[in-house]
Amino acid sequence: MAKILVIAEHDQGRLKQATLAAVALAQKVVAESGGSFEILVLGQDIGAVLEDLRGYGAAIVVSADDQRLCHAVADKYAGVIAEVAKQRGINLVVGAVSTFSKDVLPRSAALLDAGMLSDVIGVSAVGGDFEFRRVMFAGNVIATVTLEGAVKVLTVRAAAFPNAGKLAEVSPIVDFPLTDLALPAFTEFGGRETRQSGRPDPTEARVVVSGGRGIKNAEDFERLIGGLADVLGGAVGSSRALVDAGITPNSLQVGQTGKVVAPDLYVAVGISGAIQHLAGMKDTKVIVAINKDLDAPIFEVADFGLVGDAYQVIPELMEKLKK
Amino acid sequence: MDLEGVKFAVNPFDAIALEEALRIKEKLGEVEVVVATIGTEETVEQLRVGLAMGADRALLIRCADTLDSLAIAKVLAAVYQRERPGLVLMGKQAIDDDSNQAGQMLAALLNIGQATFVSKLELLENQQRARCQRETDGGLETVTVNLPAIITSDLRLNEPRYVSLPGIMKAKKKPLEEIGLAALGVAVAARTRYLKFECPPPRKAGVRVKTVDELLLKLKQEAKVV
Repeated sequence: MAKILVIAEHDQGRLKQATLAAVALAQKVVAESGGSFEILVLGQDIGAVLEDLRGYGAAIVVSADDQRLCHAVADKYAGVIAEVAKQRGINLVVGAVSTFSKDVLPRSAALLDAGMLSDVIGVSAVGGDFEFRRVMFAGNVIATVTLEGAVKVLTVRAAAFPNAGKLAEVSPIVDFPLTDLALPAFTEFGGRETRQSGRPDPTEARVVVSGGRGIKNAEDFERLIGGLADVLGGAVGSSRALVDAGITPNSLQVGQTGKVVAPDLYVAVGISGAIQHLAGMKDTKVIVAINKDLDAPIFEVADFGLVGDAYQVIPELMEKLKK
Repeated sequence: MDLEGVKFAVNPFDAIALEEALRIKEKLGEVEVVVATIGTEETVEQLRVGLAMGADRALLIRCADTLDSLAIAKVLAAVYQRERPGLVLMGKQAIDDDSNQAGQMLAALLNIGQATFVSKLELLENQQRARCQRETDGGLETVTVNLPAIITSDLRLNEPRYVSLPGIMKAKKKPLEEIGLAALGVAVAARTRYLKFECPPPRKAGVRVKTVDELLLKLKQEAKVV
């Protein structure tokens, strides 16, 4: 019987919505094949996140609240996750796809001598074990795969597991005592540089407006891509070309090696549509492409394509949307 | 999956990792750069590219089986114990399997520090520590990690040099050692078993609109997303 541990991710006390996809996977497994799941929150002063997570049907919400966990540093976090999994007899550790999970969970997996699957989009119980579906080759292949071993670690794609439904807030919060646990200290956190924009994270937004090579500089990006995103109440994204050129920060990069988004509406502006970019957005419900080049491959995946210069089309679009 | 006839190339993230090692060597002088990979004679060509870029010697760990990340990390842990490097640089992910796991697992097995998705690297205090800028979902993060450590490269760390003709000539004389798993003292097997590969359903072809007005009409009335 599965005993699942969901690793909650939060940013300074605010729960990352993608965590709920990992919760949804746990709910699905428990509903279909029994067992139970627990949610683990690590950090310092995490009361609000713990409370937030009491309403999803977890057997318990485990609190690892310690001053040494104030920053999400992999060596410490992975050590605590492995220790909790061991002590609580966990056989499936699940997190959402993110740079946090990618950094921490493989390290936990190795500490648990567990195999790991990244980018899981499906799970089904087969003969007492599981078959998983995962995305590979920049989203061009979906593999069905099994994983041997008593403990397994997964990261799940948010788009594949619609957010878990909220129930009554009944899961008890249980403290995991850390004071006697020696944690590694290989790494010293130095700080984080964020360009505050007030816009949502592209992985969490209903609308994403993304700019590519067709946008010439940071001012134009802010005016056109940022402007349209604000009119639509959405997030901004970027192709790799603009990040490499220093026009946009890395945290906006959508694609195989950046973020994977699946909003209701994705507006690709001046993006040619290389497969590496498509890997990050092709699960979107409605794709709009605006590009000068009528042969741009982005038009092959777009629901609505408009051949035109972003510098003319976007201001007109903003103007008419505001009406 | 049928990979017959497919031409293999060096993973671009690994090329970035090697470039960083070469830059450290050029800056510090007394540094040996070793390139290592797990594979068969088909992998020798990629090691030669590494030598031609400027690595001092190459190590091929012979293994014909397809390994998963944990098995790879266990093999590399044995290589680490044999070589005792001061720093291990790796690509952040393979671009076929896209797993993004092996470096972090290796760090855990060796019980040393890690810095993943690194876009800037600076060695400090006589190579005792490394200050790393990491590309995370929330923006750029800075960590300082004790060495030896595992550092995985992101795209913006550097731009790898091209292989030059003199580089290729020199590479032919550089040592390329082959070693079997038994000689390394590791027995590993993949725990992941791939049962089936499918192509995701293609998106249906959309329509071209001629004007902004037409686009807005479609988005409002057909797609109902604005």
